[in-house]
Amino acid sequence: MNDVAPHIRIVPADIAAPVSGEISVDIRDLDFYYGKSHALKDVSMAIPANSVTAIIGPSGCGKSTLLRTINRIYELYPDQYAAGSIAIKGRNVLDRRYPLSDLRRLVGMVFQKPTPFPSSIRANVAFALSYYERLSKSELNDRIEAALRQAALWDEVKDKLNQSALGLSGGQQQRLCIARTIAVRPEILLLDEATSALDPISTAKIEELIHELREQFTIITVTHNMQQAARISQQTAFFHLGELIELGKTSDIFTNPREQRTKDYITGRFG
Amino acid sequence: MAIPARRRTADVIAFMFATLATLLGLVFLFWILWMTLREGAASLSPRLFTEMTPPPGESGGILNALYGSFVMIALGVVIGAPIGVAAGTYLAEHGRHSRVAAVSSFINDILLSAPSIVIGLFVYELVVKPFGHFSGFAGALSLAIILLPIVVRTTEESLRLIPDTMREAGFALGLPRWRVTRHILYKAAMSAIVTGVLLGVARIAGETAPLLFTALNNQFWSADLNAPLANLPVVIFQYAMSPYDEWHTLAWAAAFVLTAFVLILNILVRLLARKGRYR
Repeated sequence: MNDVAPHIRIVPADIAAPVSGEISVDIRDLDFYYGKSHALKDVSMAIPANSVTAIIGPSGCGKSTLLRTINRIYELYPDQYAAGSIAIKGRNVLDRRYPLSDLRRLVGMVFQKPTPFPSSIRANVAFALSYYERLSKSELNDRIEAALRQAALWDEVKDKLNQSALGLSGGQQQRLCIARTIAVRPEILLLDEATSALDPISTAKIEELIHELREQFTIITVTHNMQQAARISQQTAFFHLGELIELGKTSDIFTNPREQRTKDYITGRFG
Repeated sequence: MAIPARRRTADVIAFMFATLATLLGLVFLFWILWMTLREGAASLSPRLFTEMTPPPGESGGILNALYGSFVMIALGVVIGAPIGVAAGTYLAEHGRHSRVAAVSSFINDILLSAPSIVIGLFVYELVVKPFGHFSGFAGALSLAIILLPIVVRTTEESLRLIPDTMREAGFALGLPRWRVTRHILYKAAMSAIVTGVLLGVARIAGETAPLLFTALNNQFWSADLNAPLANLPVVIFQYAMSPYDEWHTLAWAAAFVLTAFVLILNILVRLLARKGRYR
């Protein structure tokens, strides 16, 4: 395991970062195992900052596994382990010495099913915020409002901040989860099929939101919905059976893929 | 497609049996309530709650027994519930994949089904014998030991019912485990955990055997936890076994109060469980 990777580096042609600019997450020779099952095989890819990278591929191809490796949430479970390196700001976050709370403050995650905590809307957003920062009451309120505004939820909830978050609709709950994630000011956002449990209108709202958040965050999103990947991302990675098959500009992947397997998948021949 | 007649008959018979079984259960419940009410009616008056247990041939109440039972149950909960919640949390959260937790969980199951008279004898050896006298404190301790495994089990199960996605959402924010447990999981499981404690209270409220060896009984008013303490179950036991009619009706009345208390507690549990059901 290399401990330190250079912050900005020249990427070799075979794993070229398709969009020029600063590299935010630099994944090198990543292998992942669920017990004996080899879920990610020698994945190397560079994810550029301040853009949306979509991960697509058939079920069980390792898309979600890749996300779960970046914030090391897999460590909750025994028998799951990763080898290789994931460098963020020049440090290998897979290194056991890298503090988990630092990593997860830097890398936020939103899940497939909305997971509001069983407390008020305000408490949902304030929870992690007041753990990381000592804020006065008015500062805290400002930060809560800012996060809810950024998640395009403020207008809908500003009069009921003290009501239970469980009373919100699914789409609102998901935006609340985004709000409480960005409230602690991460740099990278992992979205694990964040719209797949939502109705089309809520999905559209979140897609719009992703479009705006992109200016401030590096976004990595896993999706089953290829139209969505085409709509919201600047680059797309296609995974199959734990391998990264192709990474490129989204427009190239969907109109002119280099690999036959990518072409077969996006034209619906398998998956 | 028409359902064959044979299946329809089977359905009707099964339904009838289920209904009959339910009715049978209800009949016994109301029978018990009615019988305690009828037999104890003579003693059911405000004096029941204001006077002490009487000597033979006089009338009285069960105030000292109510008080003793209340204190011992409360103390039992104060001792048993926190330990039970903590242990249940360990089993469901921290020790999920450990052998120690698996073994503890199994032993907890044994404790759960241990005869209460054995627990009474245990506390007798542990507390009553060394101190040389029966005491309310020993009674409370034996009730706590009976309550403990119930709370452990219900806490563990209610925490396990919370989907892992909730934990992941907390951990993904970088929060430490105790914070996720305290602020997210306990909140989600709160009504189920309280339900467990209340069910435990309902169970220990009627326990007689362990109190016979520990608190014994007290004919008079006493608030001293370091001395024998009156309590409902043992009063019922002693008065029902006595040759005096007044004591009999008093025992019936006490039985009615106890049954009604447990019934109300169970209804409360039902309401709580319905209100707080986790999505």
